[in-house]
Amino acid sequence: MKKLINNPADVLDESLRGVALAHPELSVDFENHVITRATPKDAGKVAVVSGGGSGHEPLHGGYVGPGMLDAAVAGEVFTSPTPDRVQAATKAVDRGAGVLHIVKNYTGDVLNFEMAAELAEMEGIEVGTVIVDDDVAVQDSLYTAGRRGVGLTVLLEKLVGAAAEEGQDLASIVELATRINGQGRSMGMALTSCTVPAAGKPTFDLPDDQMEIGIGIHGEPGRHREPLAPASEIARQLVEPILADLDLTGPAIVMLNGMGGSPLIELYLMYGEVAALLEKAGVQIARTLVGDYITSLDMAGCSLTVLKADDELLRLWDAPVNTPGLRWGA
Amino acid sequence: MMASVDTAALLDWIHRFRDVVTEKRDWLTELDSAIGDADHGANMARGMDAVVAKLDAGAPATADELLKTVGMTLVSSVGGASGPLYGTLFLRMGMSAGPVTELDATALAASLRAGLDGIVARGKAEAGDKTMFDAMAPAVDALDAAIAGGADLVAATEAAAQAAAAGRDATLPLVARKGRASYLGERSAGHLDPGSASTTLLLETLAQATADSSR
Repeated sequence: MKKLINNPADVLDESLRGVALAHPELSVDFENHVITRATPKDAGKVAVVSGGGSGHEPLHGGYVGPGMLDAAVAGEVFTSPTPDRVQAATKAVDRGAGVLHIVKNYTGDVLNFEMAAELAEMEGIEVGTVIVDDDVAVQDSLYTAGRRGVGLTVLLEKLVGAAAEEGQDLASIVELATRINGQGRSMGMALTSCTVPAAGKPTFDLPDDQMEIGIGIHGEPGRHREPLAPASEIARQLVEPILADLDLTGPAIVMLNGMGGSPLIELYLMYGEVAALLEKAGVQIARTLVGDYITSLDMAGCSLTVLKADDELLRLWDAPVNTPGLRWGA
Repeated sequence: MMASVDTAALLDWIHRFRDVVTEKRDWLTELDSAIGDADHGANMARGMDAVVAKLDAGAPATADELLKTVGMTLVSSVGGASGPLYGTLFLRMGMSAGPVTELDATALAASLRAGLDGIVARGKAEAGDKTMFDAMAPAVDALDAAIAGGADLVAATEAAAQAAAAGRDATLPLVARKGRASYLGERSAGHLDPGSASTTLLLETLAQATADSSR
């Protein structure tokens, strides 16, 4: 697999170096692999910290900036950052009103952020946590580590970031984040596997005439594998399990996300397919994102996220945001 | 007849554990690639190298500080789920041990029990979930039972190591209910749990260190 890298072991450090050079409005702590705003938000406002393994860019570092995150902690590719680094990020951005941790539901992320929250609280920083678990591809949540956190994380980071910027307190923000997690769902599919730089070969084998339905964002196996189908059929396989899981009729924010290796022309084509199916099922699409927002390295494929919206969520969605990965109104 | 484990024996245990996870790194990773994300051997070897480097630079004189140093170093160097789990195990062992220079059989058993409780509090695992708990819990139970039956430390830690190995082997047919392996559902059966494998190495090296220091 050909990659634009030097030494596989240096990929994260060298990528962060590029982030620092390209974005003077951000500040990079190279020791802890933490990205923060160069200009902190006003004292007395809740800070929002997210993080996890790398390889999902622009998530999370690309969402640091006014209106969204205060800090992102970057673990090695597909590996959770350690508690001391999460704590370093938490300490760096606390403005005296507490810190929200946004954690995707993977055992490693959950445990490391939990320890980090304990360490931060020992130093007198109040920490609230939301665990995002929106992936309907994982069916049996009683006997597994639970549903994975995927696309909804992007929408949640935008919405709670806006609420924090407005000056809402930590308890309200935790409640908002929990509510958002409860009313959004995602489903993904892959045309190819992805290649972790240190491994150098694809994580799983997927023949040219096959596709994998129900994938996560780390090259994990999906729900099932089947012969490649036209986009209209793939759209049906993304929309149906989401709508079967939750009543999403009414206004909604919809994201058709690329996994990193599919061109925009295909993502827009797919959006056209899913939008028609969603509208037909009574989902009124109020806001839309189409593009690479939470990726799985170079995987080809896409995921669909649908979040039930109301006036408050749409107001928070429309609030100004100014980050490398999401920018409007600013 | 051996009555206690001193800090030198604890240090010897840590070194032995580092050596064996390094030696068996590929095996642990192989187990993990079958049902996880293929990094357990590398992560444990890297973490224990960091621990030994830290202790070589200056080992604390008391059991609590020594065990806490091991725990904090693992937390900050292993990553994944194993870092917080092994880290919590050693941190809680240290808190239970207190500022002493040697642990008698009862104190060692209490310390390992506290470590097990820490793993449960952190990982929420139960018996049969196909995790490190399945090796650790029977080992701690066997240790308690042996001491209650009048066994000395060498025999008691050996019984604990054997119980851990039996617990590890019993994970083979289980369907994982925790961690990344749980996404595989039925496909996780037929593979040993990598966490129970490294935990067995931890108990086996404890038995070796105990036996060696009694000579």
